Formats: sequence, C-alpha cells, structure tokens
Amino acid sequence: MSASMRLLVRRAIRLSDTNIQISAAARAAARAAARSSSCRCFSDAAEDRSTHFGFETVPETEKAKRVYKVFENVAQRYDIMNDAMSLGIHRVWKDMLLHAMHPQPGVRLLDVAGGTGDISFRFLEYVRSQQERQKRRAARSMQTPSWQDISNNYSTEDEDGPLESRAVVCDINKEMLKVGKQKADSMGISTGLSWVVGDAEELPFDDDQFDIYTIAFGIRNVTHIDQALQEALRVLKPGGRFMCLEFSKVTNPVLARLYDAYSFQMIPVLGEVIAGDWKSYQYLVESIRKFPDQEEFTGMIEDAGFYCVQYRNLTGGVVALHSGFKL
Amino acid sequence: MRVSGQTMWQQHLAKLRLYQRQCALTSKAVRVHQLHSTSTGFTDRCYDDLYPGHIHTTPIQKALLAVGSGVAALQNPYRHDMVAVLGETTGHLALLNLRDRMRNDPEGYTVLTERPRIRLSTLDLSKMASLPDGSFGREYLRFLEDNHVTPDSRADVKFVDNEELAYIMQRYREVHDLLHTLLGMPTNMLGEVAVKWFEAAQTGLPMCALGAVLGPLRLNARRLQSLFTSLGPWALQNGRRSRCILSIFYERRWEQSVEDLRQELNIEPPPITLSATNKKSTKKYE
Repeated sequence: MSASMRLLVRRAIRLSDTNIQISAAARAAARAAARSSSCRCFSDAAEDRSTHFGFETVPETEKAKRVYKVFENVAQRYDIMNDAMSLGIHRVWKDMLLHAMHPQPGVRLLDVAGGTGDISFRFLEYVRSQQERQKRRAARSMQTPSWQDISNNYSTEDEDGPLESRAVVCDINKEMLKVGKQKADSMGISTGLSWVVGDAEELPFDDDQFDIYTIAFGIRNVTHIDQALQEALRVLKPGGRFMCLEFSKVTNPVLARLYDAYSFQMIPVLGEVIAGDWKSYQYLVESIRKFPDQEEFTGMIEDAGFYCVQYRNLTGGVVALHSGFKL
Repeated sequence: MRVSGQTMWQQHLAKLRLYQRQCALTSKAVRVHQLHSTSTGFTDRCYDDLYPGHIHTTPIQKALLAVGSGVAALQNPYRHDMVAVLGETTGHLALLNLRDRMRNDPEGYTVLTERPRIRLSTLDLSKMASLPDGSFGREYLRFLEDNHVTPDSRADVKFVDNEELAYIMQRYREVHDLLHTLLGMPTNMLGEVAVKWFEAAQTGLPMCALGAVLGPLRLNARRLQSLFTSLGPWALQNGRRSRCILSIFYERRWEQSVEDLRQELNIEPPPITLSATNKKSTKKYE
C-alpha cells in the first residue's frame, strides 16, 4: 500500500475515532487496512504486549512509567551529564540541527521531548540573530532615504508583531521542564517561550499549528514511535518540517567498536560518579542500541506520511539528523 | 589454603566442590529471582542476581569507578555514596581477609550465617531505652540521639561481586556507628578521623586508609595535635590488637555494659573524652 493510501486510511481511522459518521464499508476497509498495517490503535487493552526497555523486555504499559522515572532521576544533572558523556559534542550536534533548520523570524517551533530546552534556546537565539541581520540589511539599503521612504517607515514601524517567533517546549516529564524553566530564568529568556506538559503520542495541540517540529534525543524513549510520528504530522502546518536528532548506528566498524566500548564501559560509570545513578545511564545506552537504524527510521517517517525524508549522519553515524516535510 | 599431608588431587577436589557449591547457590538465587519476576509479570534487571541492588561490572568499569569515585569523594567529602563506591571497588582483598577472620571466630561465623542487619526496623528502641545507663544498648541510643544520626542512612552495596563479601561490606557500614559508641567518639571531624584510623588498622580497607590520611587535612592545629599525640596512637594500637569488630553479634549484647564489651574486645577506653556538642558540622563522614 502506498504511503498516500496509508495516510488516507489513517485519516479515516482518526475520523472514525471522533465519532464522525462515515460509510460502514469505508469503516470496515479502514479497520482491515489498519490491522494489515499493524496499527496498534485497535489493539485490545487487556492484551499485554511487551516492548523493550533497554535490553530488558517489559510490558508496554510499564515502559512509559519507567522512562518517566529515569528522567525524573537524572533531570537535575542532565546537562552536566550530557557534557561529560559526549565531551561537549552534543552542543555541536544541536547547533547543526539549528543550521539545518535555518528558521526565519516569525516561525512557530514545537520542541517535543524538549525537556531542559536546549533546542528552544538555540532556536530563539538563531531567529533573534536572523532578525538583527535583516534589520541591518534593511538599514544598509536605506542609507540615503528620501522623505517618502521615511514617512513609509513610520507607518510600518510595528513590524515586530507579526514577525515574533514562538517556541513551545513540550515534555512528558515535569522535572525536566522544571529544570528547563530554571535555566530560562537564569538566562533571562522569557518572551516567545512556553512550557507544556504533554505526551508525544498524544499532543495537546490542535491540527496544523506549527511550522517546525523537532524532537532531539527523545524519540527513542517513546513507546510507540509510529504514533509519535503521526502526531507530528497532525500538528504541523502543510509545508511544515519534521526534524529529528537521534542516536543511530555507526557505519564504520572500527568506530563502532570504540563507541560500544565507550558507551558500555564509561557512560554508566560517569552516571554513577556524577549523578549517582548507574541504572538510568545503563538504560540510556541500551535504548540507543534498540532504536532502528537510519534507513529503517527513514521508512517509518515515510510511512507516517512525510515527504522528502532525508537523513544526515553526524560524527560518523553516532547521531543521525532526519528531516521530512508535510505536504 | 594448603594443608600439609593433602595430595594435590584432594585439594583440587575440594576446590571443585567449593566452586560447585558457589554455582549451585548462584543458580538457585537466579532461579528464585526468575520465579519472583514471572509471578509479578515484571522482569527486574538482570543485574540483581547475586543480591538485591547488585550491579555487574567489568574490571575496566571497576577501575574507572574507583578512580572516578575517589576524585569525586576528594572534591566533595560529603558525597557518602562516592566514598561507599570507592570502598566497594578497592576493598576486595581486605574483604577476603575479613571474611577469613570472621570464619575463624565462632561468633563471627554465626554472624556470617545468620546475617543480622542493623536498622531502625530491626531495633527495639523502647526496650533499649529502658536499659540501664552504661549498657551498650543505652549508650548506642544516646549516641544516635546526641549526634542526630540514624542507622538507616547507609548506602546499599552495589559493586561487590560476591554475595558474602557484599554482606561483610554492608555489616562494616552498619557497625560503624556502634564503633563510635564503643570508642566513645562523637561524629565531629576529629571523632570521625579517630574512628577511621581505628578502622584502617582493623580492616585494612583502602578506603579507610585514604580517609585516615586525608581526614586530618581538614582539622585545625589544636585538634591535629590531640590527634597525633593521644587519640591517633590510641586508635591505631587498639585497632591492631582488638578482636575483629565485625565478628561480634551486637544485636545480642545490648544489655552488656560498654566497659565489659571493651574489655572483651581488647579496647582501651579513650584517652580524652570528646563531647558531641563539640562538633563543627552535623554531617557524618563515613
């Protein structure tokens, strides 16, 4: 079944969920298609499906709770641990995400699993500098203004209103958001930023709301990745961009061995010494191994209904930046 | 341990039997754990198979942990969990030594088989409070109250890869407070350093030795003087000659008087009496 057909079917399912009357035949076709495409929307609630939590197998209902606990424990030391574990390289990855995004003033960003707000802060900084650059360019081109130009300028002086960019940080974990808010307060950022508690599989936003959806190092913790992708499609405006930064498979075998050794030997030790929590960081490195590789994830994004899906490997495949558009 | 007269073959057989017993115990533990996990429908991490809270670590990880926790503990001595991890990762030989000493002592052997734990839930506080002054139980309770500490604040052992040694480590941590009572030392810095010197001489744990060496760096001149002239030598001498402090079944000796217990353990009373009000900080230095 082609991606567009699947999209149509999924829309039909969603419509049927919201109790809109559609023809019985279409409904039956939708259900059959859903079952064939292994959509979990209609799975029996009593059926105990299991999924992976790191290298462990746990019931699906448990996974979200355990992930919540992990991030609740690590929230206070999250940023310090990121710097220690990646030797500061995570900042480069996030900067590269922003450069690939290249947001212009006036766009609305939804940063899912945004937690401590790294992406959103960078986003606001980026659009602010873009805005300044535009102002400077405008000023340069208006070196010798005529009286007509000056009077035009006065009439269009409050252009800043519609060009205000907004970032919404959405995370399921209140502790992480708390830490993010404290960071924002200490950095003095207040305008254009809002903090929302929400589940990536069921976002508390209307359809067609955002220009850009990002999820950085969060999607591997989601229990149902396909649902998160569908929600991403739903809340994006047509023409909106989906961007995902996530740990992925290292292609070079030598680097892969080094990376594995570092992940499994060093990172839990760092977790114990710096954050006093071995097991959370053991889960973190195991969850990276359980996440699908670059090509498979590209397929999943396409299945959800995105177009022009591409990926870029950063640091030899340690991190992959996936991008897709809602058209 | 070579016993003269035994052939090499008999020694190998003894070792094999010991190994088999260990394997049987481990597999039994794993089976019990598996049974538990299937009944709850929720598998716990595969790490907890030797004892609850156990985390498997490779030698590289242990080395990294030792170095990392050492640095962290030096930077911030109030990080008791780091001191604990340092003790666990560096104390293997000392723990083996302690285990042998406990096994050779009849009361110590009882402790090893019965595995008592000291925590608020196992202590009968009202009964201990009703004991006469000078009895071990009453003095211990007084020590807990004066210094505002509780026996429940000890971190669990995580990185020791042998169940019995892990218990010995845990017992060492729990006996630490009792040692304060026996030695008559409060929980201020001077008292803690004195106890550390005693423990270093007694147990030979590298973590105690490190604490003993670095602890005095935080003392002022007057206390340093009292440490080096009277408290220190007293602690070291008594640490060396006293009976193994882990071999005592303290839970059955609450009624015994402190003096009596000291005599039995071959410990002299402290040369100076330090009071609990004489403390700079209320934090414990484990």
